[in-house]
Order: sequence, then C-alpha cells, then structure tokens
Amino acid sequence: MIKLLKYIKKYTLEAAMGPLFKLLEASFELIVPLVVAAIIDNGIRNSDKPYIIRMSLVLIMLAVVGYICSVTAQYFAAKASAYFAASIKKVLFKNIQGLSYEQIDTLGTTTLITRMTSDINQIQSGVNLTLRLLLRSPFVVFGAMVMAFTIDFQQALIFLITILVLSVVVFGIMLWGIPRYKMVQELLDKVLGRTRENLSGVRVIRAFGLENEEATVFKEKNEKLTKLQEYVGRISALMNPITYVVLNFAIIILLKQGADKVYVGALSTGAVVALYNYMSQILVELVKLANLIINITRSFACGNRVQLMLEKKGSMEDGSLDAKSIVISDGEPVISFENVCARYTGDSEDSLSGVSFTAMKGESIGVIGGTGSGKTTLINLIPRFYDASEGTVRFKGRDVRELSVKSLREIIGIVPQKAVLFKGTVRDNLLWGNQNASDEEMWDALNAAQASEVVKEKKGGLLAEITQGGRNLSGGQKQRLTIARALVKKPEVLILDDSSSALDNMTDKNLRNAIAKLPYKPVTFIVSQRAASIRFCDKIIVLDDGHVDGIGTHEELLKNSETYREIYESQFGKEAANA
Amino acid sequence: MRELKRVLKYAAAYRVLIFFSILFAVVSAILALYAPIIAGQVVDCIIGKGDVDFDLVRQLLIRMGIVVIVSALCQWFMYGVNNKITFGVVRDVRNDAFDKLQILPFEYLDSHPQGEVVSRIIADVDQFADGLLMGFTQLFTGVVTILGTLAFMFYLQWQIAFVVVVLTPVSLLVARFIATRSYKLFGEQSKARAEQTALIDEMIGSLKVVKAFGHEAENETVFNEINDRLAATSLKATFISSLTNPSTRVVNNIVYAFVALFGAFVCVGSLMSVGELTIFLSYATQYTKPFNEISGVVTELQNALACAKRVFDLIDETPEISDTNAPEKLEDVKGNIEIDDVFFSYDKEKELIKNLTLSVKEGQRVAIVGPTGSGKTTIINLLMRFYDVDKGSIIVENKNIRDLKRENLRENYGMVLQETWLRTGTIRDNITLGRAGYSDEEVIEAAKKSHAHSFIKRLPNGYDTVIGEDGGLLSQGQKQLLCITRIMLNVPPMLILDEATSSIDTRTEMRIQRAFQKMMIGRTSFIVAHRLSTIREADRILVMKDGRIIEQGDHNSLLEKGGFYSELYRSQFEQ
Repeated sequence: MIKLLKYIKKYTLEAAMGPLFKLLEASFELIVPLVVAAIIDNGIRNSDKPYIIRMSLVLIMLAVVGYICSVTAQYFAAKASAYFAASIKKVLFKNIQGLSYEQIDTLGTTTLITRMTSDINQIQSGVNLTLRLLLRSPFVVFGAMVMAFTIDFQQALIFLITILVLSVVVFGIMLWGIPRYKMVQELLDKVLGRTRENLSGVRVIRAFGLENEEATVFKEKNEKLTKLQEYVGRISALMNPITYVVLNFAIIILLKQGADKVYVGALSTGAVVALYNYMSQILVELVKLANLIINITRSFACGNRVQLMLEKKGSMEDGSLDAKSIVISDGEPVISFENVCARYTGDSEDSLSGVSFTAMKGESIGVIGGTGSGKTTLINLIPRFYDASEGTVRFKGRDVRELSVKSLREIIGIVPQKAVLFKGTVRDNLLWGNQNASDEEMWDALNAAQASEVVKEKKGGLLAEITQGGRNLSGGQKQRLTIARALVKKPEVLILDDSSSALDNMTDKNLRNAIAKLPYKPVTFIVSQRAASIRFCDKIIVLDDGHVDGIGTHEELLKNSETYREIYESQFGKEAANA
Repeated sequence: MRELKRVLKYAAAYRVLIFFSILFAVVSAILALYAPIIAGQVVDCIIGKGDVDFDLVRQLLIRMGIVVIVSALCQWFMYGVNNKITFGVVRDVRNDAFDKLQILPFEYLDSHPQGEVVSRIIADVDQFADGLLMGFTQLFTGVVTILGTLAFMFYLQWQIAFVVVVLTPVSLLVARFIATRSYKLFGEQSKARAEQTALIDEMIGSLKVVKAFGHEAENETVFNEINDRLAATSLKATFISSLTNPSTRVVNNIVYAFVALFGAFVCVGSLMSVGELTIFLSYATQYTKPFNEISGVVTELQNALACAKRVFDLIDETPEISDTNAPEKLEDVKGNIEIDDVFFSYDKEKELIKNLTLSVKEGQRVAIVGPTGSGKTTIINLLMRFYDVDKGSIIVENKNIRDLKRENLRENYGMVLQETWLRTGTIRDNITLGRAGYSDEEVIEAAKKSHAHSFIKRLPNGYDTVIGEDGGLLSQGQKQLLCITRIMLNVPPMLILDEATSSIDTRTEMRIQRAFQKMMIGRTSFIVAHRLSTIREADRILVMKDGRIIEQGDHNSLLEKGGFYSELYRSQFEQ
C-alpha cells in the first residue's frame, strides 16, 4: 500500500490542502467554547446584552468561515482521491496488459478484474476519508491532551494512559482485521468467478439441467462469504463499544480523583469540568478515528493486493532490435527452429521437444498432429507468447529474443483457435490488425478471408456493430472475421491456429487459395486437424506427443510418416491414401 | 422510492432481528445520553475545597460505570444484529439475482455484456451492503438520540428548545437538497464505472488476443478516456455528497449560536442558571451530531439504492416463458421428433428459419451441413428450447415441447457444443458437473470411452488436477474431450453434437467416433459438422442454406444427385 502513495504525488497539492483546510476548520471549532465562556463570564455576569449579541455574531462568523474551509477541504479530498484512484487504475491496466501469457495462465483473469475494479474503488473511498479525517481527529485528540497537561499534570497522566490503551485497542483490532478482510475479498472473488462461469457456460448448464445445482453451489459460496463477513464485522464492531467503555472509565477515574483534589483544594471545580469536557471531546473524535481506521484497514488490504499486482512485472525480457529493419536475401529462411523444446511452468515434461525446420518467404507450412501433440505450443513460440526452454527460434536469422516483442508481433498475423472479437464495429475490429488500414485494404482482407459476404449481409457493412465477444455472429462468421483481422496487417508471417474448424470445406478451400495468392507473400503456418486443409502445403510438420514424426510434403509423408498416413486414411479412406 | 420498498421487503425476513436491533439501539442511546447527566450530577457534588459529598460521588460513579457497560454491550449487540441483517439481506439479494440468471432467456444473455451482469451481482451488491450496514447502524441510534435529547431540552427550558426545533428543518432541507443531487451524480458515476468494468472485463478477459495484436496502446487510450471521465464524475459525486456533513454542520453551528444568544438573554433575565445553560449548550451540540450522521447515512443510502436499483432491474428482467403449470412428462423417450412448419429468427426484422418441417424417427442419425450462417446452430437452439419457435411446433414423442418442462426435455438430450466450457475445479468436477451419485469408476469409464482418460492420467494429479478458469493450460482438443466425457457419463436417448469434434485430431476423433457409433445405436442424433468424414455415415443428411433445407438424403444419394452437397464434398479434394 505504501508504495502506491507515489501515485498521489501529482496531486500532492490537493492531498495536502484537504487535511490543511480540515485543520483550519477544526481550529475554528476549538475556538467556539472560548467564545461561549466569554459570553458566560462577561456577557451574562455583567448583563451586557450588546456584548452577547456581538459574541453570538462571532459564533455565526466562525460557523461560516469553518464551512468555507470544510467545503474547500472536501473538494480537494474528493479530487485527490478520485484522481489518485484513476492514476493507479491507469498504471495497473498498463501493467496487466504487460503480463506474459504464462502469468495470465497462472493468475487468472477474474483476479485481475477484481483488482482493477472493486479493490481500487475501496482504495479511493479510503483515501478520501483519510484526507478528510485522518489529520483532524488526532489533532483534536492530542490538542485536548495538551490542554489537559496545562491544567493538571497528574490528571493529564490519565489522558496519556487512556490514549495509550485506546491505541492498543484500535490497532489491535485493526491488525486483526487486515488479513480477515483479505479473506472476505477472496471469498468475494470466488462468488464473482462462479457468477462469470455461470454466465459463460449457460448453454451447457441448461442443457444438463444443472440450474438448481448451480444455484445450490452459488448459495453455499455466498453463505460462506456471508458468514465470514458477519464474523469479521462482529469483531471489528467491538472497537466502538470498547473505546466507549475505556473513555468513560477514564472519566470516572477523572471525577473520582478530581473530587479528592477539589476536597483538598488542589483543583477548582471549573478545572474538573474543563478536563471532563476535553475527555468527552476525545471520545467523539476517537470514535470517528476508529471508524476511519476500520475503513482504512479495508483499503489497506485492497491496496496491498493492488500493490502486489503492480509488482508483477511482465516475465518476458524484451529485446531491442526492430524486426521490420532486418533484411535478408532470397535464399535465407524467414523462420527457423533449431532444436527447439518448450515446457510450461509447473509441467514436468516438455510439451514440445527437438523441433527443427525452416520456412522461406511465401512458403506454406502445415502443422498437423493429435490432441496435445504440441501444435499450438509450436506456433506460440513464433510471436514469443512463450519462450523456448531450449534451442532457438529465429526470425530472419535473428534469435526472436533479440527482437522487440512489439515489432515482432507487428509483422506476425495470428488467428487464434478461439475466435474472439470485441465490442464495436466491424471496422473497429479490423483496425486491430492495422490502425491505418484504408477501406480498400479492409475489403481486400475480408475478401481473402471469405468474410466479405458476412459483412455485406450485416446492416451498416463495415460499420455494423459487433456485441461483446462477437455474440451476434456465428462461430464460422467469427472465424472468418478474425482471419480478416490478421490479414489487414499484411503480415510477413501468418499463423492460422486451427482457425477454419468452423468453416465448410468449400470456404476453407477458397480461403487457402486466396491466402496463397496474397501479393505480399507471407510465410503461412496452418495448424489443422484436417488433412484436407494442409495437404497442399509446401511443407507439413507432423507432431506426435510433442515430437516431430515427420516433415515433408504430402506425398513424402504418406510414405514416411505412420502418423500422417493414419490421419489421412481416417479422413479420406484407405483408397485415397493408396492412390 | 421503489428500491427502498424492495429493500424493506427483503429486510422483512429479519423482522425479529430488526426488533432487537431497534431495542438495542434505543437502550444504548438512552443510556449514552444518561451517562453525561450522571457526570453532571457528580460535578454538582464537587462544590469546592472541603465541600464534597463523597458518598454520593461514589454511588453516582458506580451507577455511571454500570450504565456505560450496559450501553456498550447493547451497542455491540446492535452491531452484531445489524451485521446479520445486512449481510443476510445482501446474501438474499445475491441469491435471487443468481436464481434469476438461471431463468433469464437467451435473448437477454446473448445480448448483454457479461461484465455488466457480473458487476451488478458483485460490485453493486457490495456497495449496497456498505450503505445498508451504515444505515442500520446509525439510523436508529441517531433517531433515538435526537428524540431523547429533545425530551431533555424541553424539560430544561422549553422556549429555547422551541428555537432549536424550529431551526431543525433547515438542516434537514439542506441535507435533502444535497441528497437529491448526489443521487443523480452517483447514478452517473455508476454508469461510467459499469462502462469501465465492461471494458476491463472484455480486454483483460481476452488479454491473449490483445497481446497477440499488440493492441495494448489502443486499449490504454480508450481505457484512459473512460478513466478520466470516471474520475471527473467520481470527483463530482464524491464532492457533492461529502457536502452533506459540513452543510448540516454549518446550519447546526448557527443553531448553536442562536441557543447561546437566547440562552444568555434568558440567563440575564435570571430564568435559568449558568450551569443549566452549559448543559443546554452541550446538549445542543449532541443533538446536532445525529443529524450529521443521519444525513451522512442518507447520502450513503442514496448511493446504495442507486446500486440496488441496478440489481433489482436484473432481478426484474422478464424471465423466459415459464414451464406450463401442468406439464406433460416425457417418459421412455425413443427419439421420435417432428418439426412442423417452424418459423424462427433472432432479429425479428430479418427472417431466418422458414417453413422448416422435418420428421425424425427413433434411432436415426441426422447430419446437418451447410454454409456458415445457414441456420444449423439455430436448429439446435430450437430443439433444446434455448429459444422458442416463432411459429409452428416441435413435437417429441407426440408431445409439443412447449408443454413440457424444459428440464424434462433437456435431460433427454446429450449435447456437446463447439465452444468448450470448463470451470475452475478438478477434472472430475468438470466431468460430473456436480451431478451427484457417480462413482470414480464410472467417471473413469466415461473418460475411457471419450479417450480423455489417457491425457487425464498424465496430468499431475490425474482426475483431481485442478484446472483454472476456462481450462487453463489444457489444449482446445483436450477441453473438448472433457466436454464429451460429460455426455459419456450418462447417455440420454437423443444426442446433439455441434461441431463437437472440430478441435480433436482425426485419429482421436476416429476412436471417439467409434464410441459415438456405439452410443448412437438406438438413439436419435443430430450432428452438425463441416467435416464430411464425420457425417458420411449418417442415415440422413440435411443440407441447409439460408434457413431452409435444400437437399435431403444419405451420402450416396446426395452425391449422385450432383447438387450442393456433392459440390461441398468434392471441394475437399481440390486445391
């Protein structure tokens, strides 16, 4: 949490002015009893009515000036906290976007989303309250104690002890609370995760008629959250009653000792009353302070969680070389794998091992193999979504780790397995590929991706709205649009990760032909389950359980690769394979 | 305030607790008011040097001690009770919202961003809890304190008390004025927040795609724009709402000045002692404090109600047409399905399925092929009654599916969708999906049938391996195997396989096919697939285009016919 404070720096003025004006207001409030005393001592004793009126006017003036100070303070506090939260959000969003694929896998998106939303909201309200009250309350508390010391040293010691005891109580409960509020937040995360899952899996859930079971599990989790909230709330709520008891017992002792001292003439009745009043003042402010601290406790817990997330730096080291600046001669490969192995964090076995091949400009590379054979892992290494654990992946002869990730991904067009589109128009989505694409370039890409019909059918054409996640499109429509999105880039390397699975054969064929005719001749990787999709590739990589079972053309592989032959036969029948 | 009424309705379930909450609030507040009076009486016993009534002092102080402890205990009990009420109400609201999710029509679910719905159930309800707790805790105490103080003041000097009472409404008016404004501003803040949450949900939810396209910078621009806007509305909302306290305080301070003025005049007229004036003034300040608190509570409640409204809106959404009261029951389903002249479209302005008529007999294997967007998935949506037909009817075993309970209909279908869905939990949980009563052996048996067993076995903890959100590190194909395993656990009489094997390599698929073949014997099945090898063996192939069935028949007859299907089929052999 502490480290988060640097984000308030830009608003130092606001953050300082808030409490300052609060102090001013508090000071004006402290003058009030003096004025009242003057009314009693001078006005009433002397029956001086004009004096009473004058002093009453002073009271009104103090009220108004105090009000102005207070309003100013509220404004600054609101501003500082709102913009503090905004700047943390900004930094956090940037940071989250910088996380590597591996980190995204391990952290999970739900957590990331809670950090960005409810946690920061809590921080904002905590900071706001802090700026408004944190200085004011201790000021009054210690002010009262100082005043007590000027009246009677021995009596003032009661103040000192009281404040110490109160601090122990307040901080004890606070320290107890922090980890528990963290647990509350974690349980809330679970409830949130469950809700999200329920929404994303609604078809499966209803197909299996699991609505009631879902509700039962949700209610269990919700109940657990409720129970913990109640428990933590109950203990935290001890703070007010305990401070109240402590203070009033202090008052009782104060009165008892006061009585003794007055009896022997060591203290006047007025002084006892004054001490009593100061003690009461402490109570009021301490109650505020305690409430504030409860709130800060929660904010602190949230702050720490956000802080932790901010400290997670993208685990991938960036290179400096601009991928676009590398020039090669015709005979050199664009992509080459040299004995590459890959292993995911936490796995005990390599997902991919000993892969070596080269790909020239304009070549098409098919990747085929069983489920979990490492196809996606292989192509994920090219844009550096993950790093090879052994061996080297090269782009135009340079280790991809030397290249700036941004520039590398700029020249690679990738179509992921899961077709994801974003809320916005078709154009907005295509611009993801290339911000400066003209309409003509977009239509070229749509045509090549066999998606122009999809767009033409939609009302508004390029300006047709796509809802979040592309829910208003069918699977095949989404796939074709995601392909178009990658093509708008005019990439040097095009990766289709099983991205025509929802396309019919004819569309798939037309798509392959269109890609082969692309004027900028990308290296094209086609990952597929269908032999038909890759059989005409210049080179086909056959993977089996993370190992390369064969590399070559369709004809070569039919002879040399058992795996390939089996796949092909399963799809086209034995006659086709033997033909 | 419709929302308030709704909240009270929820709170009604905690009637007894509310009674106790009020009781504890009353007792603790009155005792808290009584304590200073005892202290005052003690001070009256301490008159000067050698003039102190020690017996009375002792007696009074003991009484004060008891009063303080009882008051504190009551206060704590009140907090406990309020906690119970608030978190109980919040739990009930969340449960109702979640229950609602289960019966919302797909029209709603397919057209609302997930993040927004989630934000209503989580963030809004959370905010609502904060406001409600504060309301319960401070409202009763505040009211009791005000009434108690008033009573004491009228008892002391009714004229000055009268001045106070007359001026009080000013404070309330000011509070009200601010509250209305801040309610509106909080609404705006809530809206901006929802917009931001939706963006966060979308972009962070698909962070991998974002990164693949290097779209981080653009995202940041959009995010920062919303963020700045949110900060601005948030500043306004927070500022205006935080004016409540100072504003009521300034009114109260002016009241205080008036009390001092009139009180002093009354003292000059010797109608009241200086001591009484002091008590009066201190009560005047005490009296104003609860007003501050109450107006604070009001602001907080406004905010809470703004959030509550969004949850209630969700809870009030029209649910899908409920099942008929006296549903017919599908029993002993053989798999005879009649689709009779069905019309349907998602967008009522653009027709999709027209005049669809189809008769499927038990045990038939029906493959549906056709270009994307031709209505294949829609047929499944209608068969499963995810959507209701606009016109016409779907009859299963001579029963219109509208006359059945949805659950009864759906339990007779086994469905595997193209989009795999997995949840956080163990592999086993993902297979049983919480359906109770399956032994480990049965789960493993099912996984063997779907050929998922071999990869599951290799996972670090086998069937107990916890997979993260959306399957985590599992490959798309492995995820799909798991989804298929779910069906294998208990095979219903009718099957729907929508692109079910699109991400599985054909070797594995062949094995699954074999399992499917076995499974499909005697079962009516619908298969949507683009891969012709998977549908070659179907009894009937429906070729769809633009919402109509344009060709029908088995593989060979369709090839002979030389129509659209044969064109589709041949295309896979050509470059």
